[in-house]
Amino acid sequence: MITAEFDYQRVSSVADAVAALQAGGEDAKLLAGGHSLVPLMKLRLAAPSRLIDISGVPGLAGIERDGAQWRIGALTPHARLAASDVGLLNRVAATIADPQVRNRGTIGGSLAHGDPASDLPAAVLALDGSVVAHGPDGERTIAASAFFSDYMETALAPDEMLCEVRVPAMDGYGFGYEKFHRRAEDWAVVAVAAAVKVLDGACVDVRVALTNMASTPLRAGAVEAALRGQPATAEAVAAAAQRAAEGTDPPADLDADADYKCHLARVLCERALVAALAPA
Amino acid sequence: MSATAEPHVGRPLRRKEDPRLITGRARYVDDISLPGTLWAAFVRSPEAHASIVSIDTSAATARPGIHAVLTGEDMADLAGPLPMAWAPPGVEVNNPPHWPLARGSVKHVGDPVAVVLGEDRYAVVDAAEDVIVAYEPLPVAIDPEQAIAGAPYVHPELGTNQVHSWTLAGGDLEAGFAAADVTIQRRVINHRIAGAPIEPRGVLADYRAGALTLHTSTQVPHFVRLFVALLLGLSEEKVRVIAPEVGGGFGAKLQVYGEEIVACWASRALGRPVKWIETRSENMSVTHQGRDQIATVRMGATRDGQITAYHVKILADLGAYNMLLTPLIPSLGAFVMGGCYKIGAVTTEITGVFTNKCPTDAIRGAGRPEATHMIEVMMDQMARELGIDRLDLRRRNFIPKEDFPAAVATGVIYDSGDYVASLDKLLEHVDVDAFRAEQAQLREQGIYRGIGFSTYTEICGLAPSRITGPAGVGVGAGLWESAMVRVHNTGAVTVYTGTSPHGQGLETAFAQIVADRLGVDPSVVEVIHGDTGTGPEGRGTYGSRSLANGGEAVAKATDKVVAKAAKIVAAELEAAPEDIEVSGGKFSVKGSPEKGMTLAEVAGIAYIGAVPEGMEPGLEETTFNDPENFVFPFGAHACIVDVDTATGKVNVVRYVAVDDCGNPVNPLLIAGQVHGGIAYGIGQALYEHVVYDDDGQLVTGSFVNYALPTAAELPNFELDHTITPSPSNSMGVKGVGEAGTIAATPAVTNAVIDALAPLGVDYINMPLTPMRVWRTIQEAQAR
Repeated sequence: MITAEFDYQRVSSVADAVAALQAGGEDAKLLAGGHSLVPLMKLRLAAPSRLIDISGVPGLAGIERDGAQWRIGALTPHARLAASDVGLLNRVAATIADPQVRNRGTIGGSLAHGDPASDLPAAVLALDGSVVAHGPDGERTIAASAFFSDYMETALAPDEMLCEVRVPAMDGYGFGYEKFHRRAEDWAVVAVAAAVKVLDGACVDVRVALTNMASTPLRAGAVEAALRGQPATAEAVAAAAQRAAEGTDPPADLDADADYKCHLARVLCERALVAALAPA
Repeated sequence: MSATAEPHVGRPLRRKEDPRLITGRARYVDDISLPGTLWAAFVRSPEAHASIVSIDTSAATARPGIHAVLTGEDMADLAGPLPMAWAPPGVEVNNPPHWPLARGSVKHVGDPVAVVLGEDRYAVVDAAEDVIVAYEPLPVAIDPEQAIAGAPYVHPELGTNQVHSWTLAGGDLEAGFAAADVTIQRRVINHRIAGAPIEPRGVLADYRAGALTLHTSTQVPHFVRLFVALLLGLSEEKVRVIAPEVGGGFGAKLQVYGEEIVACWASRALGRPVKWIETRSENMSVTHQGRDQIATVRMGATRDGQITAYHVKILADLGAYNMLLTPLIPSLGAFVMGGCYKIGAVTTEITGVFTNKCPTDAIRGAGRPEATHMIEVMMDQMARELGIDRLDLRRRNFIPKEDFPAAVATGVIYDSGDYVASLDKLLEHVDVDAFRAEQAQLREQGIYRGIGFSTYTEICGLAPSRITGPAGVGVGAGLWESAMVRVHNTGAVTVYTGTSPHGQGLETAFAQIVADRLGVDPSVVEVIHGDTGTGPEGRGTYGSRSLANGGEAVAKATDKVVAKAAKIVAAELEAAPEDIEVSGGKFSVKGSPEKGMTLAEVAGIAYIGAVPEGMEPGLEETTFNDPENFVFPFGAHACIVDVDTATGKVNVVRYVAVDDCGNPVNPLLIAGQVHGGIAYGIGQALYEHVVYDDDGQLVTGSFVNYALPTAAELPNFELDHTITPSPSNSMGVKGVGEAGTIAATPAVTNAVIDALAPLGVDYINMPLTPMRVWRTIQEAQAR
């Protein structure tokens, strides 16, 4: 409950943050809302030598519609996202932990932390979103599909800072997010995010992603393929959802072994798709 | 002065404690700072069982600001190991030494090996990581059923893992089963849980000028003083133990902990105050845990529903050591093993077993929740077996009202009860026929809703010393309780209680009792507790004892004050003392209320010294109350759940509790206690479980994995009550601190079984986690 020793540095610009990361070496970490990193530090499961506090960097908290996409500042807290019009992400953000965490935790922090049991990574993946990262060599955009590389590992370089999240506006889609957890504040045992577009009674686009079914968030490609082009019926959804666990590798834990997680993925997938197909 | 003649007792007065708690002005151990304090951090075993090969403290000692690193060897002058206070007559209890710092070997993860003392709270934690301990791992005993069967042994020198074997038998069991038409047997598991108080433990020890002051977050400051004095070789009057604000105990602070002894020893050795505040991780791994019983339960009944015999064999996983009351705890359930039923033959056989886990001891009901869970789940199982409605079966076996006081087969005398009344009251709130119709309708929609009941009694108000003492049950202490009532010059009142409340609201309840008797307002009655340096000897707060035992002491001491005041008033008013009454805030002659004296006026005379001839001045009295009998609260609870059969998740949709704790002193406090208790019972039934893996590593080391329920997981509780006064004390009160947690687990379990009955599920053991419920459904469907 008491962290190892670390240096603390507060920065006021992205450039300063990147410079501080470079100076701080591999053990430097950015601190935003602190609701993923600090608990690990208190348990001494993480011991960064330097914390670079970016919470005061101006201009990084906000949600903006930019044509066919949403641009979400990395420091946007979950509560603000939950109250926004950003399809899927708003309902996902509303389920994160408890009000205190939603008021402090940020989308950038959640994605950069790369925890497969967190809610937002799978949701951004489902939407084919991307992140904008700043590093010593300037800015680059990383697709969500290339961002989550392993358990709590991402494509961010040690001296890069995640500054923005971009997701398509998904106009005309319906959304569903089904999270299974034991208590309201818990991480997901399994969760399924879905976005479906229906035209003339048929599912013309289907996006499904899974939380906590592998070391990274996953797209449920088999479900998407099975439902795409199918009529938007309960039967078609049920059949497609049966394939939710294909290609997954869920780690067993205290609450669920792998079999049960696979079962949950199928159940939740069906429920998420039903929600996505329900009239708004 | 009281403006109204209406008594304060019985009214839902708001808690006197709350303003300071709500505004953050309460003072917990961690809020107390002394100049020159050294902080302590413990080096704890990562191994479940190992020999300590070597301890290298040099790197830690060399760190700046570190004053000492102590090991078990350094504390070789302790007078003895940590105490175990149960010596049942005629029963052998294996009790290997349990040292505050391990000597030679460690027996469970978290066992303390060394302590680092230094000037900075953070630096000592860093330094503790620099203490290099070489361990030689030893084979572990984790599963209690394997452990009782043989090696590996937790304490190899014993050549067994058995702690003890204890039996309580009443009635002819063999004849009882012979008379039964139907006998059923179930394996009933009461899994291991944690007390999980929101304030972890903490100690601040200050030895100076030959005297020791220990602030500690405890339920039992007087027991702690006694054992600190004994172990450190100090004369008892030189030790003062203060339990300041204590943020919950739930039995986990009914203990004499090694950290308390180490802090005191170190303060004396180093000449500095020593402070240690437990982390949540430590609380989950080394603060004693509870339950962990595997029981083989057999019940016999006639076809027409008469329970004839009840036989419970318990294997109790006691963990690595005996702590203060460890092996006694399962026995507490044995006295009420037959619940609220008239059963001619009841036998409980308990075997305690050592394992390489944190020790168990008193937690949240301590033995009685286990017993209640068993009998109430078995009543449902038997009803199903006999094809009799489960409430009818209960009614056919209830001890009838006219039997009270009722001697039961287990040898105790239930003081009072009216089980039919509490069940009837419950059914005023729960329309079972309407529920069955709703249930059938919902099942057609795929919603599995179930209802479960629990009609319980428990034993509390610990304890009549002649029953629980050395010649009786074998507890090495009388469990009487004390009170001192001091009226000040101005008529303000201070009450010193030997109980040690830590959230129950006794400052309010005791003030109500005193205020009525003295004709003053509760706001001028201050209740002081948890300080061995102020009042008389005391015994602390646990076992729902504080009101029935400690409150009775307060009432008796107050009555003594009233008797003296009456003599003073009688002399002033030229009346007979027996004609003086307290009415409308005044001591007056019966029938002449206009001529009276306030308590302030009486106190004025008492302290000026103008008292009647032969009377001492002053106005204060002390009582030691040793109750004649226990008290036996009872009630009837109903729980309605929905089970998501696709995921196995159980949701409590309604919970109705009818409790009878005798005459209510403060209904608001009672509701608070019942709410907390039910939350704990639902928590055990559905969420909470201390889990160790096969290597003895603790899996549930934080609130992430140890699923303490929050408000979001719990329904609104619907409460009602019946009132059946206890004859065991003058106020007719019973305890209520543990009632909810004792009643709730079978109500939840029976509800889940009821919900899943159409799927072929007829039995399930706690904890009813989603995965277990789902698996149980799968297995039932496969049959």
